[in-house]
Amino acid sequence: MMLLAPLGQLGRAVLGALAAAGRISIFAWGAFSHMLRPPFYPRELLVALLNIGWLSLPVVGLTAVFTGGALALQIYAGGARFNAEAVVPQIVAIGMVRELGPVLVGLMIAARVTSSIAAEIATMKVTEQIDALVTLSTHPMKYLVAPRVAAALITVPVLVGIGDIIGVAGGYVVATENLGFNPAAYLKNTVDFLEWRDIVSSLVKGCAFGGIAAIMGCYYGMESGRGAQGVGRATKSSVEAAAVLILAANFVLTGVFFSL
Amino acid sequence: MIRMENVHKSFGDNRVLQGMSLEIPKGTSMVIIGGSGTGKSVALKSVLGLIQPDEGRILVDGKPAGSGDRDAFLARFGMLFQGGALFDSLPVWQNVAFRLLRGALKRPPAEAREIAIEKLRRVGLKADVADRLPAELSGGMQKRVGLARAIAAEPEIIFFDEPTTGLDPIMSGVINDLIREIVVEMGATAMTITHDMSSVRAIADNVAMLHDGVIQWTGPVADMDASGDPYLDQFIHGRAEGPIEAVR
Ligand SMILES: Nc1ncnc2c1ncn2[C@@H]1O[C@H](COP(=O)(O)OP(=O)(O)OP(=O)(O)O)[C@@H](O)[C@H]1O
Ligand SMILES: [Mg+2]
Repeated sequence: MMLLAPLGQLGRAVLGALAAAGRISIFAWGAFSHMLRPPFYPRELLVALLNIGWLSLPVVGLTAVFTGGALALQIYAGGARFNAEAVVPQIVAIGMVRELGPVLVGLMIAARVTSSIAAEIATMKVTEQIDALVTLSTHPMKYLVAPRVAAALITVPVLVGIGDIIGVAGGYVVATENLGFNPAAYLKNTVDFLEWRDIVSSLVKGCAFGGIAAIMGCYYGMESGRGAQGVGRATKSSVEAAAVLILAANFVLTGVFFSL
Repeated sequence: MIRMENVHKSFGDNRVLQGMSLEIPKGTSMVIIGGSGTGKSVALKSVLGLIQPDEGRILVDGKPAGSGDRDAFLARFGMLFQGGALFDSLPVWQNVAFRLLRGALKRPPAEAREIAIEKLRRVGLKADVADRLPAELSGGMQKRVGLARAIAAEPEIIFFDEPTTGLDPIMSGVINDLIREIVVEMGATAMTITHDMSSVRAIADNVAMLHDGVIQWTGPVADMDASGDPYLDQFIHGRAEGPIEAVR
């Protein structure tokens, strides 16, 4: 009996995770279907676009520029060990565009957007504002969830694209200012090396990560327990779930794009 | 007309409603009284379909609540939540005019705003609160904004969850008169929860007392004092001694 107890616990955890996955899938499906059916709330969408897209620009830009710069330094130092310093532009471009751009932007969005969506919706739930919405004949999925998810699907790929460019630019500045690369040659190498597939994969990842970030925030917000503790727990769970799912989705999408 | 038949609702092992039955004729004002935590708010939310009863039926005009077009069903209701439940991202007037700014009852914004200001005036608030955010108002003011929102679209059925809690006596009087007026002049059906016995006498046609998950007593407000029901007597006189335990 004693020996079987951990197995039972494991089983319960797996079942719990599967049940949560099922609930989240149903929720995501609901969010998408409400996004496509009227009534639409353009004002809510606009506010969400502003919050998720525009106001995330500074943090995305800073993340990307430092990462691109550090990447250039690392590749240069690492490449020097086998006389391959010259590959800095290519590796920075591929590293930023394929992996670091989408993943780091995705994680920053999870930190910034998922948490705020979850906290806001959970507070609305706890203070009966969601109930009030329903009694005012307004569907919370349409009014709260659909605009946020739509805004994330639209803006996060754009943010990733901007992050890619700024990251590559960060590498460029470090390489040309500190490492002695020729500016024109650096740019030419970068442009020649990148393929469409790299860029498309980056934007597709952005779209997926944006969707994950917004849906996790909304889901945990709507499922929030009662009281301030409920709000805290919802926020924490949403960010954890979004971050892990973003990394898992990144693995899957990288497999789909580059090993098939 | 609203009919609740043998409604049960538990949260985990907390059995809240245990066979509540109640009837509210059209165009009358029903006041529900009962101890804190007995499930009065849960009862109101069950009628609106915000909480699904475990057992029993709720009929509105003979049809099960929540059947058919949900939007059309809810469009007939107005609800004041116990905590106000104002949308804190929207200014006061947009809260009040929420229904009038979107959906089936949509009006031009200028007109909606005018209606909102008129409703605010009826709950004793000046026009200058219209552009403030709910968080900038006092508790009692928020409550009155919630009340203005509940009546803004002139619903046929209005639920008030503790409309006068947190208000000064004069304002309570204003709100009691307003509720009475809505029932008498607009012919609305009202269901009010209150702990304030002077409110009960001012607004009720009928009174129901909820205790232990069931309606302990119900009848016209005039019969309340001579009911002979020990639970009701203890409650309306606010006595610590009696069949209702003070610690629940
Ligand atoms: N969503 C919920 N989840 C779990 N328990 C709940 C929920 N809503 C209400 N309850 C429980 O149901 C019981 C009745 O709550 P309700 O809010 O209806 O009381 P009430 O009669 O309105 O009291 P008061 O006069 O203090 O407002 C309480 O014990 C409360 O803890
Ligand atoms: Mg209550």
